[in-house]
Amino acid sequence: MNRLDQTFGRLKARGEKALITYIMAGDPSLQETEQLVLELERAGADIIELGVPFSDPIADGPVIQQAAERGLQSGTSLRRILESITRLRAMTQIPIVLMAYYNNIHAFGEADFCSKAAAAGVDGLIVPDMPPDEAAPLRQPAATAGLHLIFLLAPTSTASRRAYVAKESGGFVYYVSITGITGAKLNDMASVRDNVAKIRKHTKTPVAVGFGVATPEDAARVAETADGVIVGSAIVRRVGEHGQDGRLVHEVGSFVRSLKAAMQPG
Amino acid sequence: MAIPDRHGRFGPYGGRYVPETLMPALLELEEAYQRTRKDKSFQAELKHYLTEYVGRPTPLYFAQRLTKRLGGAKIYLKREDLCHTGAHKINNAIGQALLARRMKKPRLIAETGAGQHGVATATVAAMFGLECEIYMGTEDMQRQALNVFRMRLLGSKVTGVDAGSRTLKDAISEAMRDWTTNVRTTHYVLGSVLGAHPYPMMIRDFQAVIGREARKQILSAEGRLPDCLIACVGGGSNAMGLFHAFVPDKKVRMVGVEAAGLGVESGKHAARFAGGRPGVLQGTMTYLLQDENGQVNLTHSVSAGLDYAAVGPEHSYHKETNRAEYTSATDDEALAAFDLLAREEGIMPALESAHAMAEVVKCAPRMKKNQIVVVNLSGRGDKDVQQVARIKGVTL
Repeated sequence: MNRLDQTFGRLKARGEKALITYIMAGDPSLQETEQLVLELERAGADIIELGVPFSDPIADGPVIQQAAERGLQSGTSLRRILESITRLRAMTQIPIVLMAYYNNIHAFGEADFCSKAAAAGVDGLIVPDMPPDEAAPLRQPAATAGLHLIFLLAPTSTASRRAYVAKESGGFVYYVSITGITGAKLNDMASVRDNVAKIRKHTKTPVAVGFGVATPEDAARVAETADGVIVGSAIVRRVGEHGQDGRLVHEVGSFVRSLKAAMQPG
Repeated sequence: MAIPDRHGRFGPYGGRYVPETLMPALLELEEAYQRTRKDKSFQAELKHYLTEYVGRPTPLYFAQRLTKRLGGAKIYLKREDLCHTGAHKINNAIGQALLARRMKKPRLIAETGAGQHGVATATVAAMFGLECEIYMGTEDMQRQALNVFRMRLLGSKVTGVDAGSRTLKDAISEAMRDWTTNVRTTHYVLGSVLGAHPYPMMIRDFQAVIGREARKQILSAEGRLPDCLIACVGGGSNAMGLFHAFVPDKKVRMVGVEAAGLGVESGKHAARFAGGRPGVLQGTMTYLLQDENGQVNLTHSVSAGLDYAAVGPEHSYHKETNRAEYTSATDDEALAAFDLLAREEGIMPALESAHAMAEVVKCAPRMKKNQIVVVNLSGRGDKDVQQVARIKGVTL
C-alpha cells in the first residue's frame, strides 16, 4: 500500500490532520535537504513534499523562485534528488511527494522517471504545470510504478473542473487556497471551507490545502476543514534565512513543531 | 485536418500546460474567442480599427534597388513597419483588447521583449480606456529604454522583472503569475504565438491579415504567387501571420529565420531548431533550448524580440512536417542587413526584421531574376537606433 494512503488512514483513525511540509531539494545542498527531511519528521511532519528546482517556475512566488535558484546553484538535478531519497529511505518511511515542473520529468523520460522514482521511495507526484487534461503521458507509467498523481484545484475552478480534477487526483487533492502563486496571503477562510466541502462531494480522497498557509494560526484554521495542511513558503523562507548559519535544522524544526502543536485536536 | 485540434494540439505540439488556477480562464477565453470570431459585428469592429487606426492594408513594396544590388530574385517587402506603433504587434493587440472588452475585463497585462508588443498593448489600452501593466525584463528595459518611456507616456505601468535572465522569458513568467493572481479582472494580452491554447491559434488568426493582404497584393502586382516567403522567428507571430494564408500553396517555400546570436556553435544564441529539442515552457510543448536535465538555457541575441528559449508550437509543427524551413542569422549578419536596407532603400528595419533581411541577402542572389521573394518587414528600426549606435561605438 502506498505510504500516502497509509498515513492518511492512520491519521483519520486518530482524528488528526496531516501536516505536509514543503522544502526545495538542494537548498542549500542535498546533504542538508536530507538532514531537514529527518528533522521535519521529528518535528511532527506527516508527509514531505520535495520541490525539484526548475529554471522557470511559473506557479511560484519569489520565496520559492529564489530557493529554486539556490537549488540549481548547488547542482541539484532530478537524478541526484532520487539518489538522496534512496539514502533517506534507509532511515525513514515518511511519505515523500515530489513537486516537479513537467519539463524536468519530460527531459528524464516519463516512464523511466516513474519507475526510478518509485524504486527510490517516492510516493506521489505533483506537477504544477500539468493539469489532468495533459497528464496522459504520465498516467500509465505512474500507475504501473504505484505513484499517486496529485492534481490541484483552485478557487477559480468551475463545478465541472472540480468534479473532473477531484476524480483524477490520487493520494490527496491539493486545494490551492488562494487565487495566486505560492507564498501569497491566506485571507478568506470561508471560501476555503466552502470549496473543500464542494470537493468532498466528488471524492473520498483526502483534501489538503496549501498556498498561503504561513503561521500556526493559519494551520490550525485550515486543519479544522481539510485533511491535510500544506506549508511551503513559510518554511522555505526560514531555509533561505538560516541556510548558511548553522542554525538551519534547529530553526526549521522549531517552526514545524509550532505548526504541529497548533493542529492538535482539542 | 484543422490545426490546432480541440485540445490545442498542432500534431504533438501545443497544449495547455498551466497551473489549475488558469485553466478556467483559458477555457473561458477559448469559448469567448470561438464565439466572437464568428460574430460579424466583432469582425466589422476589428476591421474598422485595423483600417482607421492601424492603417491597414500595409503596402507590399517592390525593393527595386535592393533587388538590383543583390542581383537575383525580385524582393518585395511587406511593410508592417508602417503600422501604427511601428510593428505588426498591434494587429494582435487590437484583436485581444476588443475581446477583453467583450469579456468585461477592465485590466490588460502584457509581457514585452523588444518593447514593440508592450507599446502596442499600452496604445490600445489608452485608446479603449483600459488599465494596463507591462512586464519587461530589466536587461531588456536597458536595451530598449525608449520603448519603456513610450509605454509610460501612454499611461501604462511598466514593471521590471529582475529574475532569471531578465529578458522576455522572465517577463512572460511574471505576467503569468500576475494573471494567476488577478485572473477575474484581467486579460493577459500575450504577444506572440506562444503559451497555452488558445493563444497560439488566436494570435495566429489576428496576425493572418498580413499574409491575406500580401497574397492578394502579390497576385495583383505580379499575377502569380511568390516563390519564397521569409520572416524572422522569435515566438513567431509575424512569421505565422505571413505564412498562414500561404500554407495550402505548397509551391510557396516558407522560411523562418531564428537568431543565431554570436553563432550557433558559440552556445550564445536563440536558434531553437538548430540547438533545441521538444519540451514544455510557459504553457506549451514545443522546440526549446534546454540542458540535459530540462532546465531552460539562457539565450542571446542582439535583438530583444528574438531572444527567447522557445518557439511557437505551430512552427514546430511546420518544421516537423517540412512545410516550412528554419534557418538562422547571426548578430553581425543582422546588423549588416540593417545597414544595407537603410542605404539601399531608405528603410531602417527593426533588428528582429533585420534577421529576415539577412536571409534575403544570402538567398536572393542564388535565385533566378524572375523569381519572387516576399519578406515580412515586421517592424521599424527607430527603437534600435540607440543600440546600433552603441554597437558601432558612436556616442549620441
